[in-house]
Amino acid sequence: MRVLRVLSLLLSAGALWAQHGYTLADIENGGRLYRGTCSVCHGPDGDFIPGIDFSHGKFRRATDDESIESIIINGIPNTGMPSNNLTEPQAENIVAYLRSLPSAGKAITSGGDAAKGKAIFEGKGGCRNCHRVRGAGSRMAPDLTDIGTLRRVAELEQSILDPDAEILPDNRFVKVVTKDGTEITGRLLNIDTLTLQMMDSQEKLRFFEKSNLREYSLVKKSPMPSFKGRLTTEELADLVSYLVSLKGI
Amino acid sequence: MTARTLLLLAMAGSLPAQVSFDRILNANKEPQNWLTYSGTTLSQRHSLLTQITPANVKNLELQWVFQSRSLEKYEATSIVADGVLYTVQAPNDIVALDAASGRVYWTYSYTPGKDARPCCGRVNRGVAILGDTLFMGTIDAHLVAIDARSGKPIWNTEVAKDASGYALTHAPLVVKDKVIVGTAGGEFGIRGFIAAYDAKTGKEVWRFHNIPEPGEPGHETWAGDSWKTGGGSVWVTGSYDPDLNLTYWGIGNPGPDWNGDNRKGDNLYTDSVVALDADTGKLKWHFQFSPHDEFDYDSVQIPVLVDVEWQGRPRKVMLWANRNGYFYVLDRTNGQFMLGKPFVKVTWSSGLDERGRPMRAPTATTSPDGILIFPGNQGGTNWYNSSYSPHTGLFYIPSWVEYNTVYFKIPVEYNEGRNFGGGVLRNNVNQRRPTLTRLEENEGYGAVRAVDPKTGQMKWEFKMSDVTDAGVLTTATDVLFTGGREGYFFAIDARNGELLWKATVGGQVQSGPMTYSVNGRQYVAVAAGNSLFCFALRQ
Repeated sequence: MRVLRVLSLLLSAGALWAQHGYTLADIENGGRLYRGTCSVCHGPDGDFIPGIDFSHGKFRRATDDESIESIIINGIPNTGMPSNNLTEPQAENIVAYLRSLPSAGKAITSGGDAAKGKAIFEGKGGCRNCHRVRGAGSRMAPDLTDIGTLRRVAELEQSILDPDAEILPDNRFVKVVTKDGTEITGRLLNIDTLTLQMMDSQEKLRFFEKSNLREYSLVKKSPMPSFKGRLTTEELADLVSYLVSLKGI
Repeated sequence: MTARTLLLLAMAGSLPAQVSFDRILNANKEPQNWLTYSGTTLSQRHSLLTQITPANVKNLELQWVFQSRSLEKYEATSIVADGVLYTVQAPNDIVALDAASGRVYWTYSYTPGKDARPCCGRVNRGVAILGDTLFMGTIDAHLVAIDARSGKPIWNTEVAKDASGYALTHAPLVVKDKVIVGTAGGEFGIRGFIAAYDAKTGKEVWRFHNIPEPGEPGHETWAGDSWKTGGGSVWVTGSYDPDLNLTYWGIGNPGPDWNGDNRKGDNLYTDSVVALDADTGKLKWHFQFSPHDEFDYDSVQIPVLVDVEWQGRPRKVMLWANRNGYFYVLDRTNGQFMLGKPFVKVTWSSGLDERGRPMRAPTATTSPDGILIFPGNQGGTNWYNSSYSPHTGLFYIPSWVEYNTVYFKIPVEYNEGRNFGGGVLRNNVNQRRPTLTRLEENEGYGAVRAVDPKTGQMKWEFKMSDVTDAGVLTTATDVLFTGGREGYFFAIDARNGELLWKATVGGQVQSGPMTYSVNGRQYVAVAAGNSLFCFALRQ
């Protein structure tokens, strides 16, 4: 089940025209635009307007992608839906994001204290041992400086409580064994037919010719520990609240 | 004979030779040139040049780069005539370069109309030449003729209405005195067609509708009025057999792409190859690969025409690796099915019957709840060209392996010029990413697969990490050139799939490589990213 879920999240959700598809980057851009433009009225989960629930694929007027894009750009006359100063690719990204919502789930916390969450992040949680925010912390795990624009509350909660549930391609770890038997584990940055690039545990950028490796494999489990049972519900809400407040530089 | 006449004759002799149709037909007699999109009208993408070999290919080095002033995908295959290379800067600028140095002679700039709406990129796949004239289809569905010496326009014909979703993206095919093109727009509810234009005047000579109208055979394969918006686009170049005087074209998917509810029936001639009389456009035969398609399996592959010894007797066949995941051998004189085997994993069909018709898997239909199908929406292969080498006897297919899509059907209504898809898709290939981090076994990958056409068996596979949109070129010396999305340009041993050489070209290869020679030196040109790279052996 997890494999399927990860698969469906990793791999372009959203509408596809005959020769191209939406990508994770589209979805992320769309999420950012959604939070900046749409979530004030539609809510973070897309269910604030009666009869509309983006999380469950419920649209009132339009069902195909292009109609939704048109509504996003042009609005709906005589309703609360305004026109928006967005380009077609931006509207397309928002649609990609909306299409990805049904797989994301519902938030379990709300109303946390971001300041307390920051203290947990930097203290008890030990988050900076791996993560980085505005230049402080480790580079091994995803930089969270703008995580509040990229992820919804439910997704953040899931990543904290069940880090293995969803590992995005950009955050995969890889283990290589060189021909002399040296094992190196790091964050996978790129891989192609002939080579592999990673950031090793010393945060050094490393390049490998596959022909010089005895083996290489993905680290299936997230290096991140689960915080289930290690944080109270209140602490979780605080931490999530802090993460949501991180909107970039 | 007067001195004046002699002088005139001498002057005529000094002019560059014109590219007659006879030269195009016999393109293999002058392998220093690449006179038509697929190398010859048989479309084997196989060059008889022999300077570059498996032994010396490691000595290839970059000769020149042409950087296009376009951020669109560079899908054009260049042509070369007598030392001049013609390419297309997307969407529709033709550039003439010195083929040895890469220096530009002239650029013809074309501004498409504002209503142009190609579904999948403002792209162009190349030009055709006849005499002193170049021909190009445009994304606003015009066919233009350009003087090959000066780059000045000669005529401009509107082929179809761009605002309705029609576009021209493939390189035209010249047959005799005609220029043949087909219309793209399968995602917009067009009614696709193939048409021939007089090369001198641009006047339409014949038109073949890819979807039969009432009263025509095949119309009964469309429910109600669905034929009017049934798609059937054309977006790659066809082939031509001079002995049979037939021109062959692959037809795109039916519309709506992923919702077949309102178009019950086989939906001819979508997802088919049609064989047309080159003089009249009359249908000689057809073969449908994917009846009533709901998975976007355009048959937009280039018909590869090959003469082979088949079970003891010579046959004129057509090789076809289809987007639907099957490799086919057809008799090109009459469309008879000879062989069909999957070349990648196929789940939408349980096999082909004795006439080559797929046996649709019982559950293989799109639904609101989604259905997982191999191959996925982009197909086991797609528009980028295969190659056949008469020397190895193998057929080389750029393939997407272990690739699937979950198809969700949604309702859709026709609105002129608007998307007419009727589905939402999820793929197990991460498209349009700048880098790829594929390692999972359940993710698709790209490969060149070498298939023995006589058996359909795979002989070898050259596996890539990422999927590929690159065509394949083979040469008489058994060197195979291709690329992929990773930004490599590869030379592979056509006999066994071993990597012989690579160059990092820094952008996705999304077209077919081609080769030519100037003053006895062989060049290989390939487009990657937004540029055209040209290699030759170190001197």
